[in-house]
Amino acid sequence: MNELRLRAVRDPDAPPVEKESEPEVKADGETASDSENRAEAAPLVTSADDTPEVLNRALSNLSSRWKNWWVRGILTLAMIAFFFIIIYLGPMVLMIIVMCVQIKCFQEIITIGYNVYHSYELPWFRTLSWYFLLCVNYFFYGETVTDYFFTLVQREEPLRILSKYHRFISFTLYLIGFCMFVLSLVKKHYRLQFYMFGWTHVTLLIVVTQSHLVIHNLFEGMIWFIVPISCVICNDIMAYMFGFFFGRTPLIKLSPKKTWEGFIGGFFATVLFGLLLSYVMSGYRCFVCPVEYNNDTNSFTVDCEPSDLFRLHEYNIPEVIQSVIGWKIIRMYPFQIHSIALSTFASLIGPFGGFFASGFKRAFKIKDFANTIPGHGGIMDRFDCQYLMATFVNVYIASFIRGPNPSKLIQQFMNLRPEQQLHIFSTLKSHLIDKGMLTDTTED
Amino acid sequence: MLELRHRGVGPGPGGAGAPPPPEGVAAGGDHEAESTSDKETDIDDRYGDLDSRADSDIPEIPPSSDRTPEILQKALSGLSSRWKNWWIRGILTLTMISLFFLIIYMGSFMLMLLVLGIQVKCFHEIITIGYRVYRSYDLPWFRTLSWYFLLCVNYFFYGETVADYFATFVQREEQLQFLIRYHRFISFALYLAGFCMFVLSLVKKHYRLQFYMFAWTHVTLLITVTQSHLVIQNLFEGMIWFLVPISSVICNDITAYLFGFFFGRTPLIKLSPKKTWEGFIGGFFSTVVFGFIAAYVLSKYQYFVCPVEYRSDVNSFVTECEPSDLFQLQSYSLPPFLKAVLRRERVNLYPFQIHSIALSTFASLIGPFGGFFASGFKRAFKIKDFANTIPGHGGIMDRFDCQYLMATFVHVYITSFIRGPNPSKVLQQLLVLQPEQQLNIYKTLKMHLIEKGILQPTLKV
Repeated sequence: MNELRLRAVRDPDAPPVEKESEPEVKADGETASDSENRAEAAPLVTSADDTPEVLNRALSNLSSRWKNWWVRGILTLAMIAFFFIIIYLGPMVLMIIVMCVQIKCFQEIITIGYNVYHSYELPWFRTLSWYFLLCVNYFFYGETVTDYFFTLVQREEPLRILSKYHRFISFTLYLIGFCMFVLSLVKKHYRLQFYMFGWTHVTLLIVVTQSHLVIHNLFEGMIWFIVPISCVICNDIMAYMFGFFFGRTPLIKLSPKKTWEGFIGGFFATVLFGLLLSYVMSGYRCFVCPVEYNNDTNSFTVDCEPSDLFRLHEYNIPEVIQSVIGWKIIRMYPFQIHSIALSTFASLIGPFGGFFASGFKRAFKIKDFANTIPGHGGIMDRFDCQYLMATFVNVYIASFIRGPNPSKLIQQFMNLRPEQQLHIFSTLKSHLIDKGMLTDTTED
Repeated sequence: MLELRHRGVGPGPGGAGAPPPPEGVAAGGDHEAESTSDKETDIDDRYGDLDSRADSDIPEIPPSSDRTPEILQKALSGLSSRWKNWWIRGILTLTMISLFFLIIYMGSFMLMLLVLGIQVKCFHEIITIGYRVYRSYDLPWFRTLSWYFLLCVNYFFYGETVADYFATFVQREEQLQFLIRYHRFISFALYLAGFCMFVLSLVKKHYRLQFYMFAWTHVTLLITVTQSHLVIQNLFEGMIWFLVPISSVICNDITAYLFGFFFGRTPLIKLSPKKTWEGFIGGFFSTVVFGFIAAYVLSKYQYFVCPVEYRSDVNSFVTECEPSDLFQLQSYSLPPFLKAVLRRERVNLYPFQIHSIALSTFASLIGPFGGFFASGFKRAFKIKDFANTIPGHGGIMDRFDCQYLMATFVHVYITSFIRGPNPSKVLQQLLVLQPEQQLNIYKTLKMHLIEKGILQPTLKV
């Protein structure tokens, strides 16, 4: 997250730590005293500064503080432009990008674990960690693919078998990894190995499950992917700006550069931004429609009749605001009301994800997760607030917006026993007759 | 797990002989004056060294004192130490098995309570170990937060699984309806509250410790809570799906121990030096036979075989049904080599017995890996037992470490090979959909049923 700058406080322009990367090299043949001494020394170092040469030269004249500001600004714009391009390219590319971000985040956190525990030389670790990542991804992708690509899966014989026994296959794969772990336990390094096992699993829990929730949100409609992510980014930037210009009161001891002014200003700005953005996006089908896989064209399509949420309704403005704005009625998409909830979460609770990551960095004495993005740190640094957001949006959608997935229900129905199917069918029929949707005499 | 005794070898490593240093002394003896130092680096580094140093440098955590009841002590005071230990273990084993039978007799509801009780105790044991390892009793909020997270996750799981089974009961009450409909949101909000409390409770000098305990709590929750809920779901499928796997694991423990005791020579794995190949293989064959026989005996009774249902009229659990195909005797023709041995052409078996072979195989071959994992864990953190709840056996976790893998396997096995999804859940989800979607589904289902011949097109159901 962008660090807010407290006005006129201590020098913020120390460039990112540029010490040589020692720890990885020293990993072999260390004794206990060596690791102690090194741990006493400076914090775990980050790799050398990655700012591209081009930028370095262009900005060489400016002072160090402004140079940092410019580097961050340029990279921010580059990332946002990249984001737009990917949206333009469509859902398939978005899914691939989410997958890559997930793998990079996983790699960053695991690398920190290796650095903390000096465990490069331990057998099997890297293999096992990546193997577990593969297993869990296979499990989640299998579940997603089975749900959304039901017709495609039914056509192809191997896919059908894979999907029918999917849980069993995933469990077997996981078990193999578990047994390999147990067999790889080495006498002097039990504790380390258990730590890495725990570290890997917690990372998987955080990174992989939530990236799949992001993909679920995406399938619901690209607007459910874009608006939350933009709100978090907007909150970052707005809170930074407000803090830069008006910041005085520190917010939390964990991140001393954050201020209450930034927090509150960011909150209001984000809610407003969310309202405007959802207004703009709700007009377009490509954002609003659920992503579906079209069998004939073998690609993703976003074409549908927009649901109620995305049709203009008229709302009466409460008295309070009437006097301010002077309008009686306003035309809004119902989705904009939901966007207020999403933006509120992004501004109020999202930062806790950032505080968590800050605490984590302090606990393990690292400045940034990695140095992938010059001026910003690693991918994880950028995405730490997004994770809580993704889960929230998914839970929100499941609770308030849509019901269960009809095609998944049909698929589950097909798997039931005949008596159960008959029982459900008759219950459904009586329910529909009650509701008046079906009359006794109607026949197909 | 019961430790197999390697013939002619003394008690294994980790015996309670070496006097451990008092808990107050810091592990990092090289650091000076940690207690008075204010610097963040020192204290966190002490724990950092705790992590990165080799295992041998870390002192043992002293186990709690021996809790064998007085009465047993007196009765066995005459015997030598080795036989005394044997007797205590034997008596406790029999006690536990009788308790198990008693609870089975009392019914599914009691079993659920038992599973819940065991889950809470296992969680407590593992968390206590975490506290001792990291000496974090004094840290603020830890115990509260750990128990709070346990409560949240349990609430979530009970809401997801149990609510399906109590659908009729739930439809009646207004508040429960509300809770069910927004269940995920409420659970998530509760979890978030805990997460935010954790972030706000981070204290300057103890960041690393707090993160460790956070991760420790979550991994423990993952292991104990999710799998205890899988056990309960297995239970709802039919008590036999609960009894046969658990008995197979227990039988494997006991028979592997006995085989190892009498015939054991070749060590199995460095992690548990008392285990032997003879015990492993002997245990495998006896467990398969035992599972086969237990499945045969239990398949006759409706009480064990029927899915557990909640009847709202009697407000209790009932297990009454028409036993499914799995539990009806079928005739199988024996493969040729078995024909020669048994001199019969056909044999009457329950199909479930074939499944029980798969379950017993897993219990004997893969189940022990759960035990090795727990042994490795105990060695890593230098504890002899998880706790001292059961005299002679250790803590609850010691007895249940193999069961966890088993519970997950049985659940995955059931969902993949035996039954489809839960019908009441499907129905519940159907009723939540939009009316147009329901109509569409109705038409699709009708076509499907007519195709399959389950529904007659001309009859009105």
